[in-house]
Amino acid sequence: MRFTRRDFIKGGVSAFTLGFAAPAFLSDLALAQGASRRALVVLYLSGGSDALSMLPPYTDPFYLSRRPTLAIPAGSVLQIGTDGSGKPLGLHPRLGALRSMFTDGHLAIIQRTGYQNSSRSHFLGTDIWSTGNPANATGAGWLGRYLDALPSPVDPLIGWSTLRDVPRTLLADRVSVPAIPSVAGYTIQSPNAGADRTQARAAVATLAGHIPAERPHLSFVNGAVQAALATLERVATVGTYAPTVAYAGDGLSQALRTVAGAMVKGLGTRVFWVQIGGFDTHAGQGTNQGTFANLMGTLNAALSAFYNDLRNQGLLNDTLILQFSEFGRRISENGSQGTDHGAAATMLALGGGVRGGLYGSAPSLNPAGNGNGTLENNGADVTYEHDFRSVYAQVIDNWLGADSRAILGGDFRKPSLSFV
Amino acid sequence: MARPSPLVEHLLRRAGFGLSDDVRDRFADGVSYRQAVDWLVAYPGDGSVDQFIGTPGYLGVTAPSGFLPNTNINHARQRWLFRMVHSPAPLLERMTLIWHHHFATAYSKIAGMYNPDDGTRLMAAVRTTDATGQTGQIEMLRQNAFGSFETLLMNIAVDPAMLVWLDGITNVKAKPQENFARELMELFTFGVGHFTESDVYAAARVFTGWNLARTFSGGQSSYRFQFNAGQHDTDPKEFSFRIFSSRRASTTRTIPGRSAMIGMDDGRDLIHALAYHPETARRLARRFWTWFVSETEPAPDSFVTSVSRTYLDNATSIRAVLRAVLSSDEFMDSARVFQRYTWPIEFVVRSLKEVGYRGFSANDALTPLVNMGQQLFEPPDVNGWELGPAWFTTGGMLARMNFASQLATNQRAALRDAARPFSASPDALVDFCYDRLSMPAATPEERGAAVQYVLASGAWTGSDSQLLAKTAGVVHLLTGSAEYQLA
Repeated sequence: MRFTRRDFIKGGVSAFTLGFAAPAFLSDLALAQGASRRALVVLYLSGGSDALSMLPPYTDPFYLSRRPTLAIPAGSVLQIGTDGSGKPLGLHPRLGALRSMFTDGHLAIIQRTGYQNSSRSHFLGTDIWSTGNPANATGAGWLGRYLDALPSPVDPLIGWSTLRDVPRTLLADRVSVPAIPSVAGYTIQSPNAGADRTQARAAVATLAGHIPAERPHLSFVNGAVQAALATLERVATVGTYAPTVAYAGDGLSQALRTVAGAMVKGLGTRVFWVQIGGFDTHAGQGTNQGTFANLMGTLNAALSAFYNDLRNQGLLNDTLILQFSEFGRRISENGSQGTDHGAAATMLALGGGVRGGLYGSAPSLNPAGNGNGTLENNGADVTYEHDFRSVYAQVIDNWLGADSRAILGGDFRKPSLSFV
Repeated sequence: MARPSPLVEHLLRRAGFGLSDDVRDRFADGVSYRQAVDWLVAYPGDGSVDQFIGTPGYLGVTAPSGFLPNTNINHARQRWLFRMVHSPAPLLERMTLIWHHHFATAYSKIAGMYNPDDGTRLMAAVRTTDATGQTGQIEMLRQNAFGSFETLLMNIAVDPAMLVWLDGITNVKAKPQENFARELMELFTFGVGHFTESDVYAAARVFTGWNLARTFSGGQSSYRFQFNAGQHDTDPKEFSFRIFSSRRASTTRTIPGRSAMIGMDDGRDLIHALAYHPETARRLARRFWTWFVSETEPAPDSFVTSVSRTYLDNATSIRAVLRAVLSSDEFMDSARVFQRYTWPIEFVVRSLKEVGYRGFSANDALTPLVNMGQQLFEPPDVNGWELGPAWFTTGGMLARMNFASQLATNQRAALRDAARPFSASPDALVDFCYDRLSMPAATPEERGAAVQYVLASGAWTGSDSQLLAKTAGVVHLLTGSAEYQLA
């Protein structure tokens, strides 16, 4: 069965299910919806990244005393200047490429982001950051709600998770975001070759067209089959992408290579999700040598390759990378040269359109008097200065071109956070 | 061929791993639902089938230089899949898998801390066949899978892999380590909302000194739990919830100060309090609902109340809870049949049992399982896998469809032979495939699509070459269909 553009528009995404050959007009549709090639790449550091090691306040007298084995020596820190109160700050020694981006004015560092009564749970914390709703962190994610608000029909590749699953941030009520961890594996096989293969694919499409209202589970799974059939051909074009730089072999680098490919091939995806884990450093954190240092090295190399590739492709100005983690970590190190779950975190925003610089103020690590109000939990944790939803609001309003008040369910706009 | 009653088939899909010919024979004709539940929850012994690994006629394994499931994680994965396919006690295997999800521990961290051989040992070794006599975490879970939840918690608290996974090995009185203490309350027992931050700090102090002794002998390391009394915090610990201990008459919120020598009683008190806390009973009831009844509907209050009462009235017996869940009206409700999303492991094991396994290696299912989002011994984090609709991303669904193709291709000759008596017409062939896969009755549209596929290559003659291509083809379509992903 062949379907027409008119059927598609009329029936929304579900009508699309009846034909699986991806028509070229979908890309046009995506472009029309986006009105630009702009993409948002969300980068999640999973496990609760130690903000104080990514951006050490290396001259704070309590930094050394509270981090006797984990502090980064002042001489190793990559200095980037001072915050508003004159406190010197620097980047982790392995973040050399990020320092260059900072110097170029394309990296914004937003300190002490979080929310009141910060959850120390990975799972609740992640859900809160994902939904933008500390009071009830269930249901669609903040970017899922953005996708839900786009005019119908929504292109099935409007979002793209590079994981095997779709993170809550991209969960939507109306739009199904595909999870495509590997372009090469995103194919459909069948036992017989030749004509039989084509016939099998037609039968798969027919079987998946069955969406009975009384069988919501069946309908949901068939929706996944339909979305796969609808996106196979366009995703396959990314497999031919030849980057202008060499990406490393780690998962984050490869995911960013895929994102660059999707952008260069003009697939029209507005929102990508990339992730790197291993930040839950309760023991043997290895800030200077070891686990955390290696994570910073991986992050630096992956972002450096992506940044340079996009710049060479002329897409840097169309790209915004937004980094977050579910919480920062406890200020004082524990008995196992690690750090436990803490509160406020540091966010990064990177891209050609970013107004680089240091946003917000650093904490004072003196536990007495809760560090002049910059700490909480009897001076144990960093407290937030900027509600994380104010950062989201800036991205929604000024990058995605939507209304943050509608999507976040409140006015979190903060003019001082003018990073984009 | 004779088939069990529809309700027994429902039970065998959800509490077992589907219906191979031997399972059908055992439960066909005259086996009542109650008898089937008894078989599953009261199976005597552990149903070990390890002795058949490598024997013709069973699911194969791939191990070119020797099968070493106690020290090679891929071999351990193959062994577990083999057990799930062949065990006569499928609910025991399923509960072991469920506890692996509940106490989610990942091999990679253990192997990174020590080495791959020891990482595999701590996760999967069988004591009687391991050179160092190690009992891996999964074996411990299997031994306790139907027992008391309190005992299971106590065993997990001293489990060597858990002590590494949640950093218990670094928990000393000068610097308590919170990781295990937090997850014990947040994930393993009563959950968020029933404890405070200061409970986490107090619980961390309770487990100070619970450590691992690593000894070297004959070139091998061995790992045993060891309580280091000198590293135990002997001060009293205050909680926001009641510490009602069976060994003490009073009910207080305090674990008393104790001498270091008997300091392990702190942990016994806390685990007892958590195991018997009414909110733990209710959370477990909700979890069993999720695991067996529905991942999308919330558990009705009457179900939670009834199952949690069973749990508390039977000294935290998991077997009693399972019997209550599987005998509940909600579980047996015919409206819920084929209305639950299967885990990737369930899908793979069910399809091996129903499509066929002779000549297929468990090793060839390992990469597809990764692509479907479920690698044994490697849950994504301590919260386990994201269940329900989360399995059905486009990529995850494609991986299932492609495994269906891989398996049907591998089994094509056996499928052709089995289909010969049904070669008279495309309809007969399609019926045969629906029956072999224990599928629900096809709608006219579904049947039409399958028949149309059989006929698409030309007039049907029922020749062996047609049967070879089309039986595998239809089995691929059905095993890879949405309907087959539900149980």
